[in-house]
Amino acid sequence: MSMREIQTPLDETTVRSLRVGDEVFLSGVLVTARDVAHKFMVEKKPTFLRPLLRGSAIYHCGPVMKKERSTWKALSAGPTTSAREEPYTADVIQSYRVRAIVGKGGMGPRTLEACRRFGAVYLHAVGGAAVSLAQRVVHVRDVLKLDEFGMPEAFWVFEVEGFPTVVTMDASGASLHAEIAARSHMALERFLGRAIR
Amino acid sequence: MKNLQETFVELLRRAATDLPRDVEEALVRAQNDERRGTAAHSALGIILQNAVAAREASAPLCQDTGTHTWNVYLPDGAKTEPILKAIRGATVTATRKSYLRPNQMDSVSGKNSGDNIGAGHPGVHFVPWGKPGIHVDVLLKGGGCENCSTQYSLPEQRLGAGRDLAGVRATLLDAVHRSQGRGCAPGILGVAIGGDRTTGYATAKEQFFRPIQDVNPDPRLGALENDVLSCANRLGIGPMGFGGRTTLLAVKIAGLHRLPASYFVTVGYMCWACRRASVAIEGRNVRFSQSAVAGRSRRPAGQASGRREA
Repeated sequence: MSMREIQTPLDETTVRSLRVGDEVFLSGVLVTARDVAHKFMVEKKPTFLRPLLRGSAIYHCGPVMKKERSTWKALSAGPTTSAREEPYTADVIQSYRVRAIVGKGGMGPRTLEACRRFGAVYLHAVGGAAVSLAQRVVHVRDVLKLDEFGMPEAFWVFEVEGFPTVVTMDASGASLHAEIAARSHMALERFLGRAIR
Repeated sequence: MKNLQETFVELLRRAATDLPRDVEEALVRAQNDERRGTAAHSALGIILQNAVAAREASAPLCQDTGTHTWNVYLPDGAKTEPILKAIRGATVTATRKSYLRPNQMDSVSGKNSGDNIGAGHPGVHFVPWGKPGIHVDVLLKGGGCENCSTQYSLPEQRLGAGRDLAGVRATLLDAVHRSQGRGCAPGILGVAIGGDRTTGYATAKEQFFRPIQDVNPDPRLGALENDVLSCANRLGIGPMGFGGRTTLLAVKIAGLHRLPASYFVTVGYMCWACRRASVAIEGRNVRFSQSAVAGRSRRPAGQASGRREA
């Protein structure tokens, strides 16, 4: 386990050197996307997102934003549950060459396989720590599809500095979620005195 | 009734931005239990830093400002309509002031209502309490943890859980294991044993009004709470599921009567961001606190009469 600082655009070598359990501080471009945005990315395959997403990170987040004069500010921007994007994320990693997925709760086997194949990682942010995390957003560069998708679902293009995360799925195919689920399952069986499917 | 609406805007601001002290203190104890240099220790550090930052900035401590449960305790003969109107008005204003995220979606059209008002929201329960003055408690509960809430029907073969407290214990530990870190651990379990499927969920949710360190008036339930808490924290799931010693901050259990044919165990999962706030209104005297009636009275919750949905 180590402490790492990484910067977008992320290259494959850097991403492949990250290991499950590493604490990672991310700087650079973080693009929010949640349910509506993922459906859109996979079904409509928009080209305007490609240059933006290549080598950068997607953030599962529906922030509270405020417009002060002409600039947007992130007031509250913690991660949302990533599992909902499991049907889409492998395709998103493959077609947009995203190098990092930031969210909470971890993801399933298809995403893990896509991380291994294309060189990407899952970075777990601290759920609920929305004001602290919003303070790591130093600049809101853009917002796409705001009118169509609404505030929580739009693509917000954040510039972040030292955004704190933990690697819980890495490009070697390891998943901290799978390890902890297996270990806690053994403990559960011990407490209940029986084998549980 | 303009003043009443302003009071409720302030109540929502406090609920969304000011983590209750008892929860914050439990998180401090949790961090002290974790080893330095671990992801669990760092995660709790960020959570505690966030509590301070949200309070200072008066910004929502979690961007998911949740489903709102209002319990309104009324003197005899008080009118409910103006209170309902003030609650709805305050919800719209608090959303405009960015204390709340626009957070209610039409399930059929998929459209966000934009102001947190929608069919079935906010949920308002009126309870006549035979005292002078109005007391209002509000709870905000986010979707990530609500998705972890669940209901068992005993007996449950998979767990070998029968219709007794040992069976209840098995379901509670199973629920914690199934949630892993996804409900934003360290969480709080609010549990109802018995009732029907509806009162089970309502009563389980009521438990989140209880302070972290209160003692269950029923010593059998109190012992079960302590046992489940201690076992859950030895599952090794830890904050956010990073591994560690704190998976739950508290377990709160209530018993309801049930039909001979049914034995439900309803498990509400609340994330660490257990947001609640209270206000007592007597004439011109308005006093905000973090002391909910359901947390004080120690009676089995879910006995409120005059339930209604706004």
